[in-house]
Amino acid sequence: MAAKPKLHYVSERGRMEPIRWLLAAAGIEFDECFMKTKDDLLKLRKDGFLLFQQVPMVEIDGMKMVQTRAILNYIAAKYNLYGKDLKERALIDMYVEGLLDLNELIMTSDYQPADKKEQQLATALDKATNRYFPVFEKVLKDHGQDFLVGNRFSRADVQLLEVLLMAEECKPDILAQFPLLQSFKARISNIPTIKKFLQPGSQRKSPPRQEDVPKIIKIFY
Amino acid sequence: MAGKPKLYYFNGRGKMESIRWLLAAAGVEFEEEFLETREQYEKLLQDGSLLFQQVPMVEIDGMKMVQTRAILNYIAAKYNLYGKDLKERALIDMYVGGTDDLMGFILMFPFLSAEDKEKQHAFIVQKATSRYFPAYEKVLKDHGHDFLVGNNFSWADVHLLEAILMVEEKKSDVLSGFPQLQAFKARISSIPTIKKFLEPGSQRKPVPDDKYVETVRRVLCMYYDVKAN
Repeated sequence: MAAKPKLHYVSERGRMEPIRWLLAAAGIEFDECFMKTKDDLLKLRKDGFLLFQQVPMVEIDGMKMVQTRAILNYIAAKYNLYGKDLKERALIDMYVEGLLDLNELIMTSDYQPADKKEQQLATALDKATNRYFPVFEKVLKDHGQDFLVGNRFSRADVQLLEVLLMAEECKPDILAQFPLLQSFKARISNIPTIKKFLQPGSQRKSPPRQEDVPKIIKIFY
Repeated sequence: MAGKPKLYYFNGRGKMESIRWLLAAAGVEFEEEFLETREQYEKLLQDGSLLFQQVPMVEIDGMKMVQTRAILNYIAAKYNLYGKDLKERALIDMYVGGTDDLMGFILMFPFLSAEDKEKQHAFIVQKATSRYFPAYEKVLKDHGHDFLVGNNFSWADVHLLEAILMVEEKKSDVLSGFPQLQAFKARISSIPTIKKFLEPGSQRKPVPDDKYVETVRRVLCMYYDVKAN
């Protein structure tokens, strides 16, 4: 019997959150080992567990996997959330990469110095509204299906939902111009594994508290 | 008969270079359309050719693909450079992630101020020699094979060679502590498709210069300062 995947990170969203989302969406239970101090990171490095001295790191199927995309690709393929052929994978990859770019912009804004934070967040939300969300609204409009790719639930749907919710946390009315994204959000949120992940008490993390940010940064730098 | 893939980008390395390398390694001929003016870029935007309004864009197999990683994943899988199973793919993805991060530090280099360039130069060399090269040196040492993954030529090998050559352009003796990587470099460079790509006259692009920076800034209206790491 395979052990549960084990996630090594801080108890924050950061670059691990898309991985938590994908595992949860696939209905996979996982354990987490939280780094609380720089020493915790140094120990992982010293033990030779981090290929490039970095987290995220996920112990899964006998591997100590690093690199967010590598981990996401593996989970998606293993649990059949990566499309049925090369062409569907190409579409999924295009959508997911765009969404990861937006995710990164929003996520890292929380860790910027005070004078840059607001600016970066404004840029992120502007891009969400003018660059990214219109694309996905159009994809859904053009094919009229419930899911982004191949009329089937995939990692692209999970990633889109994650980013929609992140953007809404920053600007609650951000989906006002996007009726199909609104119904997409409701639909995907209702999928049982996702619904469970969205409930209080799940392993989903919250945005960092302002007062915690310096401490978190110190762990990494 | 399928047309050749067509690459839309600036006449320079940037984010398209890894794609050129991979196509070349796979022995796939490709065409290129170089962005020189703002008008060309705006036409691509108006035509709806750029999903997220960005390049690289590659026309391949009836798709207008964007997002560098998506394009690379597709080419790797199509031309059997992505390992034989999920576990090999996982390893390739991990290794490529590392070389991608390393090359990312170099990617922004031409856009930095003179002062930041000096800092970034040191940063690149430090990360290459203390974080990335040791990892790949160890992989090769531990299994003793010619290639990084599965004893078979893959995307990971192409990407690592590209990264090694880019860092060497910054510091020519940077491989001096890494005998496995030196042998790897010689070995992979000798593969016929790669050897051809390394010859003058190929579609490989040179080290970016001021003209390249100016073109990118002009076409993308990207006049803000790029931050160093």
